[in-house]
Amino acid sequence: MTSSLTTVAYVGAIILFILSLGGLSNPETSRRGNLYGIIGMTIAVLATVFGPRVAAAGIPWIVGAMVVGGSIGLYAARAVQMTQMPELVAIMHSLVGLAACLVGYASYVDTSIQFTGAEKAIHEIEIYIGILIGAVTFSGSVIAFGKLSGKIGGKPMLLPGRHWMNLAGLLLVIWFGREFVMAPTVEAGMTPLIVMTVIALLFGIHMVMAIGGADMPVVVSMLNSYSGWAAAATGFMLSNNLLIVTGALVGSSGAILSYIMCRAMNRNFISVIAGGFGTGGGAPAAKAGEQPAGEVVPISATETAELLREARNVIIVPGYGMAVAQAQHTVFEITRHLREKGVSVRFGIHPVAGRMPGHMNVLLAEAKVPYDIVMEMDEINADFPDTDIAMVIGANDIVNPAAQDDPASPIAGMPVLEVWKARTSIVMKRSMASGYAGVDNPLFYKDNNRMLFGDAKKMLDEVLVALKS
Amino acid sequence: MSLVIGVPKETAAGEKRVATVPEVVEKLIKLGFPVAVESGAGDAANFSDDAYRAAGAEVVDGAAALWAKADVVFKVRGPSAGEVGLMREGATLVSFIWPAQNPELMQQLAAKKATVLAIDALPRTLSRAQKMDALTSQAGVAGYRAVIEAANAFGRFFNGQITAAGKVPPAKVFIAGAGVAGLAAIGTAAGLGAIVRANDTRAEVADQVVSLGGEFVKVDYEEEGSGGGGYAKVMSEGFQQAQREMYAQQAREVDIIITTALIPGKPAPRLITAEMVQSMKPGSVIVDMAAEQGGNCELTEPGQAVVRHGVTIIGYTDLVGRLSRQSSTLYATNLFRLAEELCKTKDGVIDVNMEDEAIRGLTVIKDGVVTWPPPPPKAPAAPPAAAKPAAAAPAAKGHGHGAGEPMSGKALAIVFFVGAVLFWFIGAHAPAAFLTNFTVFVLGCFVGYMVIWNVTPSLHTPLMSVTNAISSIIVIGALIQIAPPLEAGAAGRPDEMIRWMAVVGIALTSINMFGGFAVTRRMLAMFRK
Repeated sequence: MTSSLTTVAYVGAIILFILSLGGLSNPETSRRGNLYGIIGMTIAVLATVFGPRVAAAGIPWIVGAMVVGGSIGLYAARAVQMTQMPELVAIMHSLVGLAACLVGYASYVDTSIQFTGAEKAIHEIEIYIGILIGAVTFSGSVIAFGKLSGKIGGKPMLLPGRHWMNLAGLLLVIWFGREFVMAPTVEAGMTPLIVMTVIALLFGIHMVMAIGGADMPVVVSMLNSYSGWAAAATGFMLSNNLLIVTGALVGSSGAILSYIMCRAMNRNFISVIAGGFGTGGGAPAAKAGEQPAGEVVPISATETAELLREARNVIIVPGYGMAVAQAQHTVFEITRHLREKGVSVRFGIHPVAGRMPGHMNVLLAEAKVPYDIVMEMDEINADFPDTDIAMVIGANDIVNPAAQDDPASPIAGMPVLEVWKARTSIVMKRSMASGYAGVDNPLFYKDNNRMLFGDAKKMLDEVLVALKS
Repeated sequence: MSLVIGVPKETAAGEKRVATVPEVVEKLIKLGFPVAVESGAGDAANFSDDAYRAAGAEVVDGAAALWAKADVVFKVRGPSAGEVGLMREGATLVSFIWPAQNPELMQQLAAKKATVLAIDALPRTLSRAQKMDALTSQAGVAGYRAVIEAANAFGRFFNGQITAAGKVPPAKVFIAGAGVAGLAAIGTAAGLGAIVRANDTRAEVADQVVSLGGEFVKVDYEEEGSGGGGYAKVMSEGFQQAQREMYAQQAREVDIIITTALIPGKPAPRLITAEMVQSMKPGSVIVDMAAEQGGNCELTEPGQAVVRHGVTIIGYTDLVGRLSRQSSTLYATNLFRLAEELCKTKDGVIDVNMEDEAIRGLTVIKDGVVTWPPPPPKAPAAPPAAAKPAAAAPAAKGHGHGAGEPMSGKALAIVFFVGAVLFWFIGAHAPAAFLTNFTVFVLGCFVGYMVIWNVTPSLHTPLMSVTNAISSIIVIGALIQIAPPLEAGAAGRPDEMIRWMAVVGIALTSINMFGGFAVTRRMLAMFRK
């Protein structure tokens, strides 16, 4: 295959990738979208392998590596549970980051590529930046994986003076970057490159460690974005348009997702990344507002079933608790039972419910809940006043009325699902502990709210049994 | 030592309610109280003695035996002088008392060293007290029944119909006073399909009227009518004039008028004059829910339904009793909630805690000492103060980049300026090859931006996994490094090292590539209608 043919194949792959992302605008077209992605990737890989840049001697190596990697990937894709999606996505980001580092190093030590003057400087800056982004993505994603899978505690780790540490790290990276570009030989350039990689790795760890569990959707989508930028930087390094465009697509996708998530929490992107909840300057979260007064009214599973049976309109608001308890199948059973009885059941999904964007939708889809009764927050919020029962399963901050009523609350201004406007709200929770934001929830003390304490799966099973009896 | 709750048969003429029902008896027993019910107490409300027995209550024959047995008496109406005589010294009584209107009863009870909780003296504005608010629960029943009585006396359909036999216009209902009873009446009448209008001197209830399907009719005169404690107050002469005109107009237009206007401790305001009744269409109905306090209509005869000028005027004073099973159940539940408050330890012993604002308000006599009226509650200042921060909250939203609002012209200009400077800097310094890449990159970002905003939020997780799979395009970097066709032995290239790094890179990205697409496929297959 000639160089021109390869380029044309790349253009085709780019178009297919764009179509692939475009297909996700609707569940109907999304499956085809994924197929476009697969075809695009196949074309890109084949065009490269049989193109002028790869000699025949490399093919066995390539096939071997791809068979090994591919089988691991396929196995992981089959074995993963839908509740573990955030972890899987996080660990996959780390692979992209690591690959970007490897490609960057390999490109640097490859003496067969020669540039001079400004081009050489630019090429080296590209390598430097590519490795930098790759390393941050790698270590950040590994930590995110640890946090999401519970191997590392979810609480933000806030080192004293962490902003200064980050700033010092940045200055060091810039200084070593200068050293690196000035270095006369590959050997001389290696030291600053390695030092920078270490700093970048530490920075990635530090950044994600400082972020609390509730901010995880932002982090996951941000790392998604980074993995794209890493690919784009590699594209610059290799002067490869396919890599640049694809990287830019992925990068902007992740960036937009992060932005959507931040807006859904009414947080500033910078303050999320700087870490800690609502604490721009590192001061401890102010104990704002008085504790909500009043008492909570507990309810039993049987009574819940009673209420559901008499309701005409039910909205279910799932949260991370549903994922943890693996309760989505029981939720679907209850939904199906109620729908057969003519009760209108819908789902209200907050953009940041769960640990990654769209997490709840995937879980409900897994449980076979039809997607046309799964609504977004903006679609359903106006319907709560006409709703008989709003059932909150393992969610807390996203249904906290303090976000609207109490300007001193740390989550003030965050858009929330207005479940308290329903005639009755039922909150399923393991205990009275507050959510990830550490904010008490006045919803629990409202007169029309009932608390169903216990493990979500177990309680829902009981509700289902009571419904059927 | 558990206290016995006694429930006597109501003795007031026409009172059909009973202070507890079998369902609630069970709950009271769970709180630790033995319950004694006078034989026949629930008959008028269709609760038989057997039902009480089945629920675990002891059925006692005769009022005297019951009063002698009871430590705590649950009643609906305040006791008669005879009943007070039967009462045990130092016992506790829970019922309607109306202490302001019944000073003699208060004295008799005090002489008995009784503790009396007047359910009508509950501080209603306290949100915690709402579950005990019997006035509200009973008024709701009355409002419902008022509409049913009106429908019964009214010779037409409530809802508009178009039938083979012709078109029927919907009935027009006007409801004076949108308190609990008024609101219940609005909801019921609207539910039957009538066109409902309502008026109240308190302008803040307009939203509630609308929410129940009514239309709020304003009096064309500016004055605030909230009199504290959730009741209305007496209005000025100018206002009353304007109000009369409005009522006169409504009387001419509507088919049914339901009046619920009460001012505590005063006779009911006269809203509907004889002339207004005269101006109504023949066959119209007026239900005067204030009949017991003298009536809102001049022609009302308390306790009776009369026809005047062709208009049926219903002045029943027992609207609640006409739905005795429902009202008893609600009242019994109110009392049970109160029992819960009094007996937090669930051991059948009551504790009249005068520190508790709700209990303090309810308690009109404590151990023979009159404690009525209670000190004014501290709460009323709070609502206006709370309203302000709520209004301020949306303003604080600016933080989150203002959802969907277009950027201000100034901000846009700054963005464009910064962008231009950046582009100029790059153009002035970067070599041509870089610029080609840069062009592609910027366009790629824009395409991504346009495409991604169209992605539906429910597919954000598949979006992430597919972009993750696509980002393994980085494999191409590793592919072209593994074995580039070089003229043999290009100046000291560390072939071996690069090859191994590339192999690892390919393996890693392949995990991503295959795994990412496969898991996306798996997820998308699950999304179904």
